[in-house]
Amino acid sequence: MSSRDAILGRIRRSLGVSGTDATRLAAVHHRLTETPVNVVPARGQLPDAERVELFVRKACEIFATVARLDSRDEVPAAVAEYLRDRNLPQAIRRGEDPRLASLPWEREAQLAVTIGPSVGRDLAGLSHADAGVAETGTVVLTSGVNNPTTLNFLPDHHIVVVDASTIKGDYETVWANLRERFGAGVMPRTVNLVTGPSRSADIEETLLLGAHGPRSLHILVVG
Amino acid sequence: MSLGLTSASFPKNAHAALANPPLLKAIAHIEETLVGGRRRAVDALPEFDALRDAGRDIKAHTLKHLDLYLEAFEKKVVEAGGFVHWAADAAEASRIVLDICQAAGARRVTKGKSMITEEVGLNAFLGANGITPVETDLGEYIIQLRGETPSHIIAPAVHVNKEQVAADFRRVHTDLDPKRNLDEPTSLLAEARGVLRERFLSADVGITGANFLVAETGSTVIVTNEGNGDLTQILPKTHIVLASIEKVVPTLEDVATIMRLLARSATGQEMSVYTTFSTGPRRAGDPDGPEAFHVVLLDNGRSAMLGSEFEDMLRCIRCGACINHCPVYRSIGGHAYGSVYPGPMGSVLTPSLQGLEKAAHLANASTLCGRCESVCPMRIPLPKMLRHWREKEFERHLTPKKARFGLAVWRFFAARPHLYGAATRLAAWGLARLAGKNGALSQVPLADGWTRWRDLPAPEGGTFRTEWAKRGRK
Repeated sequence: MSSRDAILGRIRRSLGVSGTDATRLAAVHHRLTETPVNVVPARGQLPDAERVELFVRKACEIFATVARLDSRDEVPAAVAEYLRDRNLPQAIRRGEDPRLASLPWEREAQLAVTIGPSVGRDLAGLSHADAGVAETGTVVLTSGVNNPTTLNFLPDHHIVVVDASTIKGDYETVWANLRERFGAGVMPRTVNLVTGPSRSADIEETLLLGAHGPRSLHILVVG
Repeated sequence: MSLGLTSASFPKNAHAALANPPLLKAIAHIEETLVGGRRRAVDALPEFDALRDAGRDIKAHTLKHLDLYLEAFEKKVVEAGGFVHWAADAAEASRIVLDICQAAGARRVTKGKSMITEEVGLNAFLGANGITPVETDLGEYIIQLRGETPSHIIAPAVHVNKEQVAADFRRVHTDLDPKRNLDEPTSLLAEARGVLRERFLSADVGITGANFLVAETGSTVIVTNEGNGDLTQILPKTHIVLASIEKVVPTLEDVATIMRLLARSATGQEMSVYTTFSTGPRRAGDPDGPEAFHVVLLDNGRSAMLGSEFEDMLRCIRCGACINHCPVYRSIGGHAYGSVYPGPMGSVLTPSLQGLEKAAHLANASTLCGRCESVCPMRIPLPKMLRHWREKEFERHLTPKKARFGLAVWRFFAARPHLYGAATRLAAWGLARLAGKNGALSQVPLADGWTRWRDLPAPEGGTFRTEWAKRGRK
């Protein structure tokens, strides 16, 4: 007997159940297709403007930095400013995401924009989040043809653009949107929920930023 | 094979730990950082207890339908282009991982933090077969350099101080300037970051555990703060996930609920920095990500816990809150337990996985004070299960002779209330007389385990039962 059959058989014997019991199958089918929502904290259930403010406050609490922009056209200048303020070279790597490609990069003549996945030589990476979660100041990034996951982890500085309209109160709303976009039960290869910059407390429980991932996370909230 | 279990020497280990001031100093931080952090995070979320109920219910439902959710998970992984392997025990899991590594022609292997790989003794097995995985979590990296095992499930190097880390780095990183300054944790972190960055970029296979397996989508989920788990799983050509069967949950909603409990209970964070869902290998046109995705599902004794008095233990999400709040752990640290999983959760789980004979002492490494249960996000009745193990230990005559004799004497009197009352009155009177004016005894027959360390306060009045009767309570 294969280990698969042995394990499933032992589980069924221990539970005293059968794998073809219609009631059990129906219960599982219901849960997987209806995806009932459990307890959702009231914290993020706010009107639009306050929800974005909560997102910003929560992100800052966990050592991210945030800039609010009125329009997406301001992103290139905000990127250049961030790099200048930290004495970093005027260079950024990003994916082919049309939401980033369509920005007026030509306005920042000094800024060198490279495109594609990181191989570990970039000081700064730029990504576009699919969503934000106000509850904890989290950004949600999905992988895909235009969105390399390496940009989220290899550069020392990670700059993330998020549309204010995509900042939701809770994770459950984000899941619903993912299902709408990719189909029920289907996920992109990688979904990253990022809450602040990389950190470690493994040496004497001292909190240090910049363990293996980005040392800093800068969020540009547009709108 | 699995790591050597030295639980049998628990009493000896515990005494050694109590006489180790640097260790005691290191674990003393837990009160402010982890215990304090949890309390602050819990206080800031009014729904925390409701979430605990929901978390318990999710896991209880899943365990009752575990076979079906595992099949659903497997189906979704395969649909996404991944492979699922089933391992009945530690040896089979290690063999499967080795086979995947060898088929991939792997020479360099990186690893994210995973207690399951500790449970199956994966590093030793791969090492014996010519592949030495590099641990990439900072704490795990430190203890790998020291040839140690984790002393805590979420803070594996909690027993090590920064001077020891600096000495280990100087010993191992011999290509760096010997005169470099390693006095501060920041310089130690920077050095580890630099050294491990090379390892990440040159790895052929990356191995991670999983905090959740999502049946709805076939996703494996890791929760980390450093980002090492992500670099481990996105850079190499092959990603292997080793996870035990009870990690499966039905839906993304269920992950969200338990996620809200996990970080708060573990470190006092509202969310860990990186929560990552991985589903299959890279897709057509993806610029990065692994080309092959394998999930190894490990049983190793868990299926037999279902339907038993230890089923509730399978709700555990490995947050470590019970460990952080345990007065025994906080007095002796994790290594004294001699088991992969220390503290209350380890004392309940280890006998189930490894057999009571090898782990009989662990259930006694508890005062049954109940703090573990009171902070458990999954509401696992840990003290009740520790008592079950004590009963089994007694039934199977694994309890030491002296203790069995003591219990037999106690039972004789306890079953005869008048005799019991007379005996305790006599003892109270005798002890008070022996103590004299001091009110304390430095030596008591049969109680040297107490009096070797501290005096025994002598009874000052009647027995509990006489006092109770005096107050007119029946």
